[in-house]
Amino acid sequence: MIRQGKTSTLLVRTPEGIVFSLILAGPVTRFLAWAVDMACIGALSSAVGTLLGFLGLLSPDLARGIIVLAYFVIQIGYGIILEWFWRGQTLGKRLLRLRVMDAQGLRLQFSQIVIRNLLRFVDMLPAFYLLGGIASLASRRAQRLGDFAANTIVVRNPKIQEPDLEQLLAGKFNSLREHPHLAARLHQRVSPGEARVALQGLIRRDELDAQARVELFGEIAAQFRSLVEFPPETIEGITDEQYVRNVVDILFRPQRSERQENLQTVPR
Amino acid sequence: MGCWGESLPIPHHPFTPLQPMIIDLQKFVSIERPHWRELESILDRLSNDSSFKPGLEQLKHFHYLYERTSADLAKITTFASEPETRRYLESLVARAYGEIHETRAKPHRVAPLHWFFNTFPQTFRRHVRSFWLALAITIVGSIFGGAVIVFDSDAKSVIMPFSHLQGDPRERVAREEQAAEDRLRGRKGTFSSFLMTHNTKVSILTLGLGMTWGVGTMIMLFYNGVILGAVAADYLLAGQPKFLAGWLLPHGSFEIPAILIAGQAGLVLGGALVGWSGRTSVKTRLRQISPDLVTLIFGVGIMLVWAGFVEAFLSQYHEPIIPYWAKISFGAVELCLLALFLSKSGRQPTEEAELQTRNQNFA
Repeated sequence: MIRQGKTSTLLVRTPEGIVFSLILAGPVTRFLAWAVDMACIGALSSAVGTLLGFLGLLSPDLARGIIVLAYFVIQIGYGIILEWFWRGQTLGKRLLRLRVMDAQGLRLQFSQIVIRNLLRFVDMLPAFYLLGGIASLASRRAQRLGDFAANTIVVRNPKIQEPDLEQLLAGKFNSLREHPHLAARLHQRVSPGEARVALQGLIRRDELDAQARVELFGEIAAQFRSLVEFPPETIEGITDEQYVRNVVDILFRPQRSERQENLQTVPR
Repeated sequence: MGCWGESLPIPHHPFTPLQPMIIDLQKFVSIERPHWRELESILDRLSNDSSFKPGLEQLKHFHYLYERTSADLAKITTFASEPETRRYLESLVARAYGEIHETRAKPHRVAPLHWFFNTFPQTFRRHVRSFWLALAITIVGSIFGGAVIVFDSDAKSVIMPFSHLQGDPRERVAREEQAAEDRLRGRKGTFSSFLMTHNTKVSILTLGLGMTWGVGTMIMLFYNGVILGAVAADYLLAGQPKFLAGWLLPHGSFEIPAILIAGQAGLVLGGALVGWSGRTSVKTRLRQISPDLVTLIFGVGIMLVWAGFVEAFLSQYHEPIIPYWAKISFGAVELCLLALFLSKSGRQPTEEAELQTRNQNFA
């Protein structure tokens, strides 16, 4: 079953009850991908034209005829062939991390690829993809007419990386772990949503302006302090950002408390 | 909850108050990662290797991995809210879902001859009612175009888009029959390619305009009919039926049916959008007809390649170079062979039985 979210995300609910989301690509990104593809088609046509130009030595008429056909085949076949072999991607879509998918999350079929590419002739009417652009803006799934007929959608396909928590949190002394009962209480009282905000704040901290960074971590730290109060000597001298990092360390890596306790018992 | 936090609707029990948990993400990821990787490798193999046919045990294991990863996704969405890992799992679950729940046949190896001699004519016959409708619209257009020329010859300049058709047919026939040299010399190949690409574009557009609930396709078919009828009426009124048949039949016996089949495909598309019968959703209907549309338009493409060759290399030459009877006979034979091919090729016993049942029901 598929339902449409309020944002540009398509939510697919599987019969097993699992919901996964697909981020729909907007018209601007798609237009940029199309512009890249047009440039590729132009370059490819030019290269083929130059190569086939040598046939003109044998027969200029034959060479011209083959070039006309080659241009046509490249124009139509470019999208079909690449989307088939790269599972829904052309060069432009690869660069902009877009992918054509079946609208119901099923496997993309060859016939769907052919139809969405052939119907570009209608989407292009009267000029510059005006009809397709209007259809895409009006559609809740950002589908142009070709996508609608083929039952396909274009989704953003961001590069997926697992978060490097080890690099983010490890190797730093965490004074909050000296109070395991308070750490446990913190773990109990912090909601997943709050934990997510804190973790994302740390992951993206370098993207923030200095002032915004101070204000954000100040606000987050104040929220955590309101949930659990640590002894003043434990948090004395640490910045709000360090405090948040320590809280996140406790929330997402609780097993370290035992490890740290063991380390503390080892005489140095 | 905090003003910036996101609370989750956790069911509350009066005696055991439940608090949302945050799972130990690193431990969770390190335990589950091998299963995710294994699922990913199976998915890669399924999508990259079309000959890969997993056995029953492999399928069971694949399903197990899918369910386990789905459960991990549910867990991480509920308890950890870690977006990067969640997105990674979503992409895995989405891909596996597509493989497991797909009920349409997986594309088999390319078999062009089987496709041409079986799939194409069978598909044509399956939607033959749309073809008859396309033909009827074209005939109505032809009658209209012919009538316009008969009753108002001045309308010729408006109806006919090509300048070479706007002159007096008698003058053209005289000019071409007395031509001392080949006017297409050194450009037959280019002309042929131009015809193929132009007609294919028109056919694709005729198919694509089916997206206007078939109205655009009907207009295209009607307009083609108008031009055809006007040209035919013009030459018949000028007393040049032999020239007309000799000129149009060799390539027209393929080109006109090709445009009609493109119209047939457009009407099938429009019919799926309108959904006259049945309770299936528009998505399901479009999904059902999409392979047929592709088959029909590929068939049209092949027919137009042939028509392009014939038009450039044969149709433009007239008596005394090629006798009219030879051209007309050639065109008539082509038309008969095409009709035979579309009506008989690849006919299956089940198809015969289905047709008989349909005829009996109709009677």
